[in-house]
Amino acid sequence: MIKFGFNISETRAINLEDCDLENVKKLHREVSSFKLCVSCGACSATCSARQFTDFNIRKIHASFRRGQYAGLQEELKACMLCGKCTLVCPRGVNLRSMIINMRKILLESNKK
Amino acid sequence: MGKHYWNEYQKTIAEDNYFYERSCIRQTFFPGSETAFLRIVKEVLEKNIYDEENQHTCTGIGYHADVVPLETTMTVVARLFSLMKDAGYENYVPSCVTSFGVFSEMIEIWNHQPETLEKTREYLRKATGREFDIPKNLVHPSDIIYKFRHELKEKMKYSLVNRFTGKPLQIVEHIGCHYAKIFPEKGVGKAEFPHVLAGMIESWGGEVLDYPERRHCCGFGFRHYLVQENRGYSIANTKKKFESMEPFEPDFIVANCPGCTMFMDKWQYTIAEMENKTYDKDGYGIPVLTYEEMAGLLLGYDPWELGLQLHQIQSEILLDKIGIPYNPKEKYKGASGKILPKPERPNHLLV
Repeated sequence: MIKFGFNISETRAINLEDCDLENVKKLHREVSSFKLCVSCGACSATCSARQFTDFNIRKIHASFRRGQYAGLQEELKACMLCGKCTLVCPRGVNLRSMIINMRKILLESNKK
Repeated sequence: MGKHYWNEYQKTIAEDNYFYERSCIRQTFFPGSETAFLRIVKEVLEKNIYDEENQHTCTGIGYHADVVPLETTMTVVARLFSLMKDAGYENYVPSCVTSFGVFSEMIEIWNHQPETLEKTREYLRKATGREFDIPKNLVHPSDIIYKFRHELKEKMKYSLVNRFTGKPLQIVEHIGCHYAKIFPEKGVGKAEFPHVLAGMIESWGGEVLDYPERRHCCGFGFRHYLVQENRGYSIANTKKKFESMEPFEPDFIVANCPGCTMFMDKWQYTIAEMENKTYDKDGYGIPVLTYEEMAGLLLGYDPWELGLQLHQIQSEILLDKIGIPYNPKEKYKGASGKILPKPERPNHLLV
């Protein structure tokens, strides 16, 4: 093959029509405040686990909402459920409950 | 009385007496297009157009790549306008969409900042001793072809119809970002309903394809391709467009921007080499024409004089579909009449 000195960058676009959003619907039923998030990042900024690991609630929220579940189950284990994120959220998202339910939903869907 | 909003989507295009400015990219890659435009305006439409020999770059590529400062660009643009003033014209027609965007931007700045206009006049006077006027009418050549599309239709020998099936050709139209996305009101149909190329296609018998990524960038993007390592972003954009249009099986693509024509044409070769993938059924790629080449072909101009052999994607299949005769032996005949050597064949793309 000819070496052009560059490669074709892979697209990062996510086509929601091709994603399985069943888990998102389930989460929304359990934690209705889930959709109030404006991605401000206050949760990640205050997170104790974030200070020492790659755990990032904002990123997890964004990935889950877009149906990108790969690796989330493992990532969610870093959360210590201290609830500081819930205290600082300006939109009143029940983040602690969101994480518990995310773990539950992903565990169930991976069992299938 | 109600306001007619649709009027805002129209554009004033001068009737006659144009000052033509050539494009750096087009003169290099599609040299037949500008000649064809001048021929169409002079011979077919019988209008007066002046082709200035002392012209130069508008700095567009350097300006958008942040290597030429704004003040320099303004002074260079002012010199081009001074050439128009000296020639006694008021209607400026830049061949390139980037130039069109640069001129529109400079005029907009001057209109809002008279002190900057005075400074530019001073710079030009000090550097060259010249004076300039802002053009009364600034249009792109595609606007002129669009304006006179019905008159041209009457003189055309062929139409955009597949002679084997009798159905209209399925055509992808792509307008340059700098034509209508910088100053929407400067484009026919603004940025929302750009009609400049669609109007030509519809008037000349073809069918415009509406596909999801129709208004996506062609991948040119200036900074994206200037540094070799960044070209992956450029080609990724082009690939996205091709993947989106592929299911609609376009017969060809027509563009009004030099960069769009070049990148959508040449990147097809690169994608074929990198991934062994073409976006037509047979492996020949989708031909990418300029609007002048499309008009010239339908008017009966010789495809090799128009320079179709200089494109990466060859157009014989398209010519056969429309029914345009061509002599394969003269495909690589030079201006001197001598047959030039054939170009190297790509590894995957069929030619």
